Amino acid sequence: MSEATHTVDLHAAQVRKFKLQDMFFHQVTMVFAFIVLAALVGILISLAIEAMPVFREFGPAFLWTNVWNVPEDQYGALSAIYGTVVTSIIALVIAVPVSFGIALFLTETCPAWLRRPLGTAIELLAGVPSIIYGIWGLFVFAPLFAEHVQPYLQELVGDTPIISGWFAGPPIGVGILTAGIVLSLMVIPFVASVMRDVFETVPPQLKESAYGVGCTTWEVVTNIVLPYTRVGVIGGIMLGLGRALGETMAVTFVIGNANRIVGSLFAPGTSIASTLANEFGEADPGLHISSLFALGLVLFIITFIVLAISQWLIKRGIAKQGI
Amino acid sequence: MSTSQTTADGESILSIRDLNFYYGAFRGLTNVSMDIAKSRVTAFIGPSGCGKSTLLRTFNRMYDLYPGQRAEGQINFHGKNLLDKKQDVNLVRAKIGMVFQKPTPFPMTIYENIAFGVRLYEKLAKSEMDDRVEWALRKAAIWEETKNKLQQSGLSLSGGQQQRLCIARTIAVKPEIVLLDEPTSALDPISTAKIEELINELKNEYTIAIVTHNMQQAARISDFTAFMYLGELIEFGNTDKLFVKPTQKQTEDYITGRFG
Repeated sequence: MSEATHTVDLHAAQVRKFKLQDMFFHQVTMVFAFIVLAALVGILISLAIEAMPVFREFGPAFLWTNVWNVPEDQYGALSAIYGTVVTSIIALVIAVPVSFGIALFLTETCPAWLRRPLGTAIELLAGVPSIIYGIWGLFVFAPLFAEHVQPYLQELVGDTPIISGWFAGPPIGVGILTAGIVLSLMVIPFVASVMRDVFETVPPQLKESAYGVGCTTWEVVTNIVLPYTRVGVIGGIMLGLGRALGETMAVTFVIGNANRIVGSLFAPGTSIASTLANEFGEADPGLHISSLFALGLVLFIITFIVLAISQWLIKRGIAKQGI
Repeated sequence: MSTSQTTADGESILSIRDLNFYYGAFRGLTNVSMDIAKSRVTAFIGPSGCGKSTLLRTFNRMYDLYPGQRAEGQINFHGKNLLDKKQDVNLVRAKIGMVFQKPTPFPMTIYENIAFGVRLYEKLAKSEMDDRVEWALRKAAIWEETKNKLQQSGLSLSGGQQQRLCIARTIAVKPEIVLLDEPTSALDPISTAKIEELINELKNEYTIAIVTHNMQQAARISDFTAFMYLGELIEFGNTDKLFVKPTQKQTEDYITGRFG
């Protein structure tokens, strides 16, 4: 037996060992990844099973029926879907421009010494628990809003058709609009910090070239920075939307929790998440519980649709840029 | 040491006097004085970090974008000091265009890449704009390659084409001076030759200031050459003379490859 064959044997053993290690590592990471998938599918299935009785009772009409009558066991999801969607839209309408301004200021015009503290403050804002926003919204913001802003808004819009309807009704503070505004405050830090991060990915030379042909900062941002970062900006907005759709505690505090649809944004309403939070504790087994599960399923699907749309927008954006 | 020599012939378009530049506390340029001749090519050579790009970036106030950077002294352009706080920087940059080391096409179509800058300062009808785009692309010797795909993204072009697109974009605004900051250092030899040819063509109508690491390039394309070292202008004069008979020892050492 020569020494050479001995080393070769050793070598082969080593290689086998590495192979085994690699395989083990591969399998373990795969299992971890599949746990996520299994959890997702599991949630979806259990929601569907629990929601089954409701759909058997009311059929798909559950989705567009505007009734929520617990004593008579009549349920429809429309008012909750309406509240969820409308508050989220209000939140985005306010949050997107504000976040855009914040991100712009931080990346383009902010003096260097202010950049860090301001950026940190925004990140901290993202970390405030939602119940704090809820408490603040109910006890501080809503009364101020009712006293100083709502009457003024009504006066401002006067008798303008359609728009005056949005601001009709008694100024009681809590309601759809208040929930939307509080939501926007919660969403801003997320959207703003994503936007800031993607704005920072624009190569300085690209911006300099635009300044080099005589652009102002505004022109550089609208023509260069935004198109260049469109994909990331959409992603940030969708992240904010996802958060707004599912936000529970803060909304529950300020939305007023009325299971009905009123045209006015001042009127109290409800959202899917806040209905769940309010009613799960004392729901009777049977149709009531089942319809809450069905609401959960609806929220799940709405979130899924939002994600799908954002993916589609992002893909289209990439294709359009031709890279 | 002769820190300044005015150009012997021709009219000067930029006259720089006692220019000092600071990155915070660090002094990037020390007492630079020189004249850039109109409708000529002036090359800036020197080892990395000698301040040649810094000097170029003072000509269009690009340093303004970065807090902590400041310039003192005078850069006179049509009788006005460009460094004056009251000077409108956007206007300066439209008159003094710049092309960078790496091609930087804007994230839009080839047509829009050209039209974008023009639109900032001129209101042109569609047909006039079409003409201007074609004119600029022809000037930059890239019309033949792009005429059938004007609506495609500028990013779809090759590196050399992108750089010529950037030059087209710069001259489309009809500037008086074109600043080129190592425009060929990221390109292959063939694209480099095309750009050099282009510079030769352009110098009749534009004043060109080019920073380059390539001494042969400076010798080939420039009328005047400035050698800089450690933030100072060491020698400045006719390219032929500077390369054949430099008056300063440092210049000689650099161009003969003894350092740098």
